[in-house]
Amino acid sequence: MPTSPHVAAVAVEKSYRKGEHKIPVLRGVDIQVHRSEFVSIVGASGSGKSTLMHLLGLLDVPDVGEVTLGGQRIDDLPTRSRDELRNRVFGFIFQFYHLLPELNLLENVLSPLMIRYSTWQYWKHRREMQDKAKHLIERVGLSHRLTHKPRELSGGEMQRAAIARALISDPEILLADEPTGNLDARTGREILDVLKQLNEQNDLTIIMVTHDERIAQQADRVVRLDEGRLEAFRDLELAGPHSGESLRLGEKLRVG
Amino acid sequence: MYKLLLCQRYLRTRYIALASIISVTLGVATMIVVNSVMAGFSTQMKERIHGILADVVCESVNLDGHPNPEELMARIRAVAGDNIEAMSPTVEVYGMLSFKYLGQWITRPIQLIGIDPESKAQVGTLVDNLENYQEVRDDDGKFVRAAARKRGEVPNWELIDEHMEYRRRRAEQQRIFDDTMMDSAHEVPLEEPAVNPHNPPPEEEAEINPAKTAKALQVLQAGAEQTVTAELPKPEVAAEAVTDAAHHDELVQGAEAGVNPFDQPGVPVTEAPVVAADPAALNPARVYLGAGLFRFPYKDADGKVRMVNMVLPGDDVTISTVNAGRPPKAVHFPATVVDVFKSGMSEYDSNLVFMNLAQLQEYRVMVDPSTGERSITTIQIRLKDFSKSKEVVEQLRAAFPPGHFTVRTWEQKQGPLLAAVSVETAILNVLLFLIIAVAGFGILAIFFMIVVEKTRDIGILKALGAHASGVMAIFLSYGLGLGIVGAGAGVVLGLLFVWRINDIEALLTKVTGIEVFDERIYYFPSIPTHVDVSMVIWVAVGAVFIAVLASILPARRASMLHPVQALRYE
Repeated sequence: MPTSPHVAAVAVEKSYRKGEHKIPVLRGVDIQVHRSEFVSIVGASGSGKSTLMHLLGLLDVPDVGEVTLGGQRIDDLPTRSRDELRNRVFGFIFQFYHLLPELNLLENVLSPLMIRYSTWQYWKHRREMQDKAKHLIERVGLSHRLTHKPRELSGGEMQRAAIARALISDPEILLADEPTGNLDARTGREILDVLKQLNEQNDLTIIMVTHDERIAQQADRVVRLDEGRLEAFRDLELAGPHSGESLRLGEKLRVG
Repeated sequence: MYKLLLCQRYLRTRYIALASIISVTLGVATMIVVNSVMAGFSTQMKERIHGILADVVCESVNLDGHPNPEELMARIRAVAGDNIEAMSPTVEVYGMLSFKYLGQWITRPIQLIGIDPESKAQVGTLVDNLENYQEVRDDDGKFVRAAARKRGEVPNWELIDEHMEYRRRRAEQQRIFDDTMMDSAHEVPLEEPAVNPHNPPPEEEAEINPAKTAKALQVLQAGAEQTVTAELPKPEVAAEAVTDAAHHDELVQGAEAGVNPFDQPGVPVTEAPVVAADPAALNPARVYLGAGLFRFPYKDADGKVRMVNMVLPGDDVTISTVNAGRPPKAVHFPATVVDVFKSGMSEYDSNLVFMNLAQLQEYRVMVDPSTGERSITTIQIRLKDFSKSKEVVEQLRAAFPPGHFTVRTWEQKQGPLLAAVSVETAILNVLLFLIIAVAGFGILAIFFMIVVEKTRDIGILKALGAHASGVMAIFLSYGLGLGIVGAGAGVVLGLLFVWRINDIEALLTKVTGIEVFDERIYYFPSIPTHVDVSMVIWVAVGAVFIAVLASILPARRASMLHPVQALRYE
């Protein structure tokens, strides 16, 4: 049972410029996510939940405060190291899937590995990598779509492809930004099941941003953001992930 | 890896970018075609100049020449013998050419070169430039007959049979015409014959002297038909034949009687008795006449361009020059045209008259009466290997005391012309390269568009851990790929065009009805081309470079995109 948080944000502030105005998005947020925890961040549109996820996933850097990974500060690392971490440690899933339209499903899934390795290395190990990708695609149930381009896939299929892509680099942390936001309820539930499965079977730390309370309740813990501030931890006293209490709490909330 | 894959996919799916590269393709093709044709022309031109001038020319500063060419050549051989293939002593002097055309005297400035055809043919391309060695074609380019002399034959100063025949007929016409005119001199002025031999007014002629005139006309018409295949206005030719022949006869008679108005004291007229024996006999002075001196294009009533000859081989002309006496005096002498010199370089064709060296030396008094030693002004040298020319020139300059001889390669002699050609080519290349540069701006604009279009994908790549440099590399290699495709297509297109340029020219001529490449203007039977491999490579590399250069800015922009903003971009 890890004691230090897997990934954490400490008093982060972030604001965006819009012309001459400075719009604060995050006004001092502390969040700690433990290893193998499934946390969902909820909030209204513009509450800063996506921004927080971006900061945690190193897609952006905070104006104030710091982001740590396994106790190490990572937001002040040089760009290259942050690119490297994004490639190896974090996996991303987006609301609009964000697959590359020019590549087919297999290539899309392989793209993080293509980015990681040089052409030569990739070419040398392409068989193993392709096998791994095919295995992952099979796991998300898309084996029959290997050579299809994203535009030939349905929304649910694209999101599952995106999950396979996020998993190919064996990430420690999966960051999902509204993964079900663009899907119908049933498909959304399927996607969520996949995530939960990953969390439970692979001990993957998952941080999911959503505006859908019902989806959010599926997580071990729900964090609510309001106008750039953390509103409440539903389970402040939680000792760790996968505790019966947290699950129960989740159940209760859903029922309620 | 993703860079190559994406770059390749972009190349295959973004046809708009291929459209932008068409301008590069056309630019490259144009540059290759223009350069090849320019190089073809300039190579041909250089070859021609080179052929006329010989590799190295050793010129006497003194127009009177330098005695004892054998000793000079021995000295040259002693200094640079290893590099020398052949030498030819010549006499070069300024002079004037006169002949009568349509009853009028025409005088033109010339450069008179006394040559020994045998050794001259060894140092240059004399044979290639003499018309007797070429096939005869009519104005429409149709084959008339094969060359009168074979290539291997050493050029000489004799008339070929056809021209000799023409000369005999001319002499005969002249004799008959003279008789006729003498009888009717009171009625018909000599200089302006009212005779239109093409369609003669018979009554008037009949009045003069029916029998003789009829005979004269017969001969005249026969002469006009047979001799002047390339001559346009038959009446004029015939008239010219009359007056011209009259003039020659006058000259010949003058020479015979020792009262030639062109003769100067001191000019030997030893051959005169021979002339007297046969009116058709050749003058001792024989010349190869530059084509541009007596031939001009003429547009007839049908709008067809024909070449008009004011003189034909077999005719006589008068040449004036200065002798080497003290003080220099003008000398005039009749000379028989035995061949036509045509190199395609108008500067030479309208200036040069080649003459038999020995006769020129005699007319110019360059023969020492006591020793029989003959002077020359120039020694033309052909080298075994032209790349050694600088070396040989240095050696010869050192061997000859300064002030007597100037030693130059043909390139040095033609420096300004060659420099002008290369400047012209350079400027043209700069202008054409601007076309490709313009194409570069097209690529720039289209690339910016593509970067904007691909903003979200760039965000995805960055989210997945791609470095800024990697994203930049995608677009740079995209530019490189487009450049290579465009330049490659351009090279293929350009080379194909150059390869089939004469067919294309023929097609254009057929379609537009305008002769695109008139060989009479350019003196080339077909468009000369010369593909310089290094030029093609440079053009292609330049185009690729421009394409890459144009993609730097958009690629930088792509690499600088913020991942979050890029992902949000809709």
